[in-house]
Amino acid sequence: MSSAQASGKNAFNWLLWLAVSVLGAVALGVVALSRNEPINAIWLVTAAVCTYLVAFRFYSMFIGRSVLRIDPTRVTPAYRHNDGLDYVPTNKWVLFGHHFAAIAGAGPLVGPVLAAQMGYLPGTLWILAGVVFAGAVQDCIVLFVSVRRDARSLGDMIRSEMGEVPGVIAMFGILLIMIILLAVLALIVVKALAGSPWGTFTVFATMPIAILMGVYCRFIRPGRILEMSVIGVVLLLGALTYGQTVSQTPALAAMFTYSGETWALILIVYGFIAAVLPVWLLLAPRDYLSTFLKIGTIVALAIGIMVVAPVLHMPAVSRYIDGTGPVFSGQLFPFLFITIACGAVSGFHSLVSSGTTPKMIENENQIRMIGYAAMLMESAVAIMAMVAACVLEPGAYFAMNSPAGMIGTTAVQAAATISSWGFVITPDTLTQIAKDIGETTILSRAGGAPTLAVGMAHILSGVTGGRALMPFWYHFAILFEALFILTTIDAGTRVARFMIQDLAGIFVPSMRRTESWVSNVVATAIAVAGWGWFLYQGVIDPLGGINSLWPLFGISNQMLAAIALTLCTVVLFRMKQQRYAWVTIAPTVWLSVCTLVAGWEKLFDPTPAIGFLAHARVFGAALDAGKVLAPARSVVEMNRVVTNDYINAIMTAIFMALVVAMLVCGVISAMRALSNPSVTTKEVGGGLQTV
Amino acid sequence: MVCKLCDLSPGLRLFGRRLKQTANLMVGMPDYDTYAAHRSATHPDLPVMTREEFFRERQARRYGAGGGGLRCC
Repeated sequence: MSSAQASGKNAFNWLLWLAVSVLGAVALGVVALSRNEPINAIWLVTAAVCTYLVAFRFYSMFIGRSVLRIDPTRVTPAYRHNDGLDYVPTNKWVLFGHHFAAIAGAGPLVGPVLAAQMGYLPGTLWILAGVVFAGAVQDCIVLFVSVRRDARSLGDMIRSEMGEVPGVIAMFGILLIMIILLAVLALIVVKALAGSPWGTFTVFATMPIAILMGVYCRFIRPGRILEMSVIGVVLLLGALTYGQTVSQTPALAAMFTYSGETWALILIVYGFIAAVLPVWLLLAPRDYLSTFLKIGTIVALAIGIMVVAPVLHMPAVSRYIDGTGPVFSGQLFPFLFITIACGAVSGFHSLVSSGTTPKMIENENQIRMIGYAAMLMESAVAIMAMVAACVLEPGAYFAMNSPAGMIGTTAVQAAATISSWGFVITPDTLTQIAKDIGETTILSRAGGAPTLAVGMAHILSGVTGGRALMPFWYHFAILFEALFILTTIDAGTRVARFMIQDLAGIFVPSMRRTESWVSNVVATAIAVAGWGWFLYQGVIDPLGGINSLWPLFGISNQMLAAIALTLCTVVLFRMKQQRYAWVTIAPTVWLSVCTLVAGWEKLFDPTPAIGFLAHARVFGAALDAGKVLAPARSVVEMNRVVTNDYINAIMTAIFMALVVAMLVCGVISAMRALSNPSVTTKEVGGGLQTV
Repeated sequence: MVCKLCDLSPGLRLFGRRLKQTANLMVGMPDYDTYAAHRSATHPDLPVMTREEFFRERQARRYGAGGGGLRCC
């Protein structure tokens, strides 16, 4: 190529990036500045996509080249330890799919739906800023750090780079976040399936279908995962169709209608049984089904939004930024930033980025595409969830997401209450929506999944099928989320069990034997009891459970992100790259401030809806006066409410203490690295100094 | 024209193979052929797992202690 051609190509490139930047800026301007006039979702999507492109092209390249000093000539663990099994050099697109499937879950679908109560603008801005400067940075740098350390896990790396004590702190934190995560996911399933015979039937049907698939894949056609998954999906769609008959046949409907409390108990028993069954029977086949359904649903939703180009009815900014919203309590700062965790930044990804992915990466120059870009994709999923929630009439959105204690239990009461908030809606509209989706009621179905399902049904029925197919789209969306969450509960209970066996093994060495039935059952029971307890108290919570559990989950997830970013910061100092350490210090500080302020308010805020201790005081005072406050029906239940408040408060305090302890350890490690004139990282292989 | 199709078809075949590998790896199942090729190239004297054994070993590994079954929320 001649130099004239090269410079021509170069100029064209710059023009292209200029155009993308200008388009993104215009779209962001429309999203941010339109008031009192509904905007089209395409503006939101355009703003997001342009932001991702510019961030990937410029910021992630800066991180790769200057901050991390990626070295394409270095041998990666995939080659160093190639065994054809765990360590396999893998094509970057194939690995991108693997990594994305591992990080994308129900989280980015739920958080934005809850955050929509403040309008679409605050949540969208945080999703975009959060992913560019915190979430994708964390995923990418943790992946880099792990690749340079033989693909070791986050806990291991914290131990070796920062010391034993921070290592144990992190391990304990990871276990707690698992427990809270499983509880809150189970609660979402309960909220979606309580009182829904159609949904309940299809979710029950997934078990025999999964077992059939498991047997097929083990004995009939061993290893044919894709073949079996196609059969599974067809059977699932059959069950989904038959679900309508179930819901319309009174005798059958009664068999599959359960209250929230019953569902909680079913899930607890199920969680225990599923976690001790052989994996090939139930967990693995359902994991295959839910993974493919998830990817398919995400693609379908993306196509749906592009084709239908729906209008957002939610205002850009609602009055609930003042903290009085019915979906979750607390002001925009800090609660928006812990409500949207996954999608903006998720600490959990640091475990995935230091798990299987670093064992398969072919070359360091692919870290950017896999670590950074996969997280941008996940953020796009969060944007789509935001769109799905905001295409609903705000009145319907609040009817679905407000607790029964606030809006009552009939359409007339709910419509009156919500209209008085300024979101005018008629009882007929609420009843009609329920009818459209084949349910008896849509009131107080908090937890994100049902709202997302109605929004998705709304969008997808615009692509095909019209109103007649809406109930199928709705129940398909519910099925997909429930299936996915049940798989996570099953797999997560196992992971928690191994962690408990590891921790307990410190005191009782025999607990560590993962092949022993006794230690398995004991550790599984502890894990299930842990999340089951939080789940049950969430189900009977007068404020709807999501209100107290989701903030705990958000705080714990962001706490883990702060821990991972602290490790990244320490590593940058030890690499003598401290002049670029602001790349990780800035998100660490922001996440720590958000978690600590949110934690403080959850503890000490005088409003009972926000502060756990204030809530405990209200119920405690009523108990002393011999009164029983709704929804508690007896003194025993009153006592339980108070105990729950104190346990939630203790959990919050533990999370805060963990963050502070890790920050202190991080500062000490960074100072130590600073005072040492030479590079002190403990990397494996390559040209840099190994210690 | 014919020649173009010849060029295209290996490309398509590779694309299909990659797609299948991606779908399998999404659920934690690495490529058996890659494994078998690696074993015969590096340890020709040692036994190689059959396709079925490989499937079972990988499945148990994904959800076992220290496996890769960890996924996000």
